Amino acid sequence: MTGSPASEFALQIRDLHKTYANGKTALQNINLDVPAGAFYALLGPNGAGKSTLINILADIVLPSGGSAMMFGHDVFRDRAWCKRRLGVVPQEVAFDPFFNPREVLKITSGMFGCKPDMAWIDELLGRLELSEHCEKNTRQLSGGMRRRLLVAQALVHKPPLVILDEPTAGVDVELRRRLWDFMRELNAGGTTILLTTHYLEEAEELCDHVTIVDGGKVVADRSMRELMREVAGRYLWLSYGEGFVLSEADMAALSQFQPRSNGKGVCLTLRHATDETSSSFHEAYSAAVARFGPPIDAGVRQEDLEDVFIRLTHDDDKATAGAGT
Amino acid sequence: MRPVNPRGAWTLFVRETQRFMKVKMQTIVAPALTAILYLLIFRYAMGERSVPGLDVDYFSFLIPGLVMMSMLQNAFANTSSSMIVGKVMNVNIYLLMAPLSAIEVVIAFLAAAVLRALVVAVVLLLVLSPFAHLTFSHISLILFYGVCGSVLMGGLGFIGGMWSKKFDDMALINNFVIMPLTFLSGVFYSVTQLPPLWQKINHFNPFFYLIDGFRYGFIGVGDTNPYIALWVVGGSTFICMVACWYLWRIGWKLKD
Repeated sequence: MTGSPASEFALQIRDLHKTYANGKTALQNINLDVPAGAFYALLGPNGAGKSTLINILADIVLPSGGSAMMFGHDVFRDRAWCKRRLGVVPQEVAFDPFFNPREVLKITSGMFGCKPDMAWIDELLGRLELSEHCEKNTRQLSGGMRRRLLVAQALVHKPPLVILDEPTAGVDVELRRRLWDFMRELNAGGTTILLTTHYLEEAEELCDHVTIVDGGKVVADRSMRELMREVAGRYLWLSYGEGFVLSEADMAALSQFQPRSNGKGVCLTLRHATDETSSSFHEAYSAAVARFGPPIDAGVRQEDLEDVFIRLTHDDDKATAGAGT
Repeated sequence: MRPVNPRGAWTLFVRETQRFMKVKMQTIVAPALTAILYLLIFRYAMGERSVPGLDVDYFSFLIPGLVMMSMLQNAFANTSSSMIVGKVMNVNIYLLMAPLSAIEVVIAFLAAAVLRALVVAVVLLLVLSPFAHLTFSHISLILFYGVCGSVLMGGLGFIGGMWSKKFDDMALINNFVIMPLTFLSGVFYSVTQLPPLWQKINHFNPFFYLIDGFRYGFIGVGDTNPYIALWVVGGSTFICMVACWYLWRIGWKLKD
């Protein structure tokens, strides 16, 4: 779908909540702003509410309340307009056993109101490594191929907003890499991409903004850079060999560094470094050496997105992330 | 949602048509074979006798009934199987995600069901016509009952498919509702042959009006006034279409 809408935000979600008929609350007043043109990660453990959110936008699940705007149009009132501009790769594999991939893409394109663009369909089949299989019935495709076909279906009407709900589950490493290259290209061409994935290193590499949801709530909402700079922790670890014991007195003396021990050494939390001069490395190192003597080995470890994700979705103290809402 | 996407509706209609054309043996040839078997069996069971009270030979009576029964069953099968396969294979999400209004979805599904029923009807008439001297007394009634019956059954199949969670649920509807109603609708006999109580019960069976009206279009006689049946069938079809539209609009059994 060309003629991309002139709005600052691809999605603006306000107080969206969902309670299913069985009483389970999947979303609790979610707020989300996805800037137009962003490559946006929506992360969370299983059952966090990501798919519910996506399915509400895709009109597969009914919302219990709240609002959602897509490129400035009300998703719930102006459904047809919004649907033409949204492509969704569903989490669960869906395939029509009566057709082959080429037919499926022609049908999907037509159902979204577009005259099938065969050049684009061929390009999609090629980019998603389905050209060889385009005349096979979908029943004959492997799980990974079916998932790639879902990606092609989401893109066939050229939507300016694409939502991928775990698109790479079951797709091998090489194909995954090529898929992401393709997504990067689309994003560079102006397509807004909202991604959920369990491969957090991919999200960290690809996405410029991240929202982490857990238990139906937003627990972090930052640009990826901010999150990694301000929320991701840095640790100094010092190794002293087997039998190392951290006494209560040591704990008290080093309390500002929240010391932890694994029985071989000590791990100290460093202050968030906003620039090179504000690091607390020297203070921590000096304090540890003064207390335990020179270490056998030492190093600094930076939390990656996976560490932050686990911390935010498992710790009780989730406020540290500063959910931006 | 207002009608917004005629191309989408057309594509959906073509999809639903291709779906049954891709399995012609099952959707077109099999009903023709079944009809021939019925014809042969009843031909030898009933002999040369004519139908009591109607003064027509049994074949001329039976063939329109068989054609209509096949049309009804195939129209039902087209929508119901598509809906349940779509549900089980998770493909219905594309119907929900596409910018199609409820009215467009319903029209596309029902039009494909009618087309399948009409294809089956033409094939059956061609195959069965050598067995009897068929007359076409009222073409307009044949078309009215044929199309209305197919829309009605396509609509019931659409609703049944939405209701069903799995293939077993669909089989339940087929075996315990559709089959008894079609078999007890007067395809194989004239209701005047039944005891008075059963005659009355038959008048509550919508399939009876469909079969009788359709047959009247061929042989010019029937068990009930075809112009009263016309209102019953027209009204039921309209109500069924409205129900399809409404249930799709609210996402009945489709959207949580």
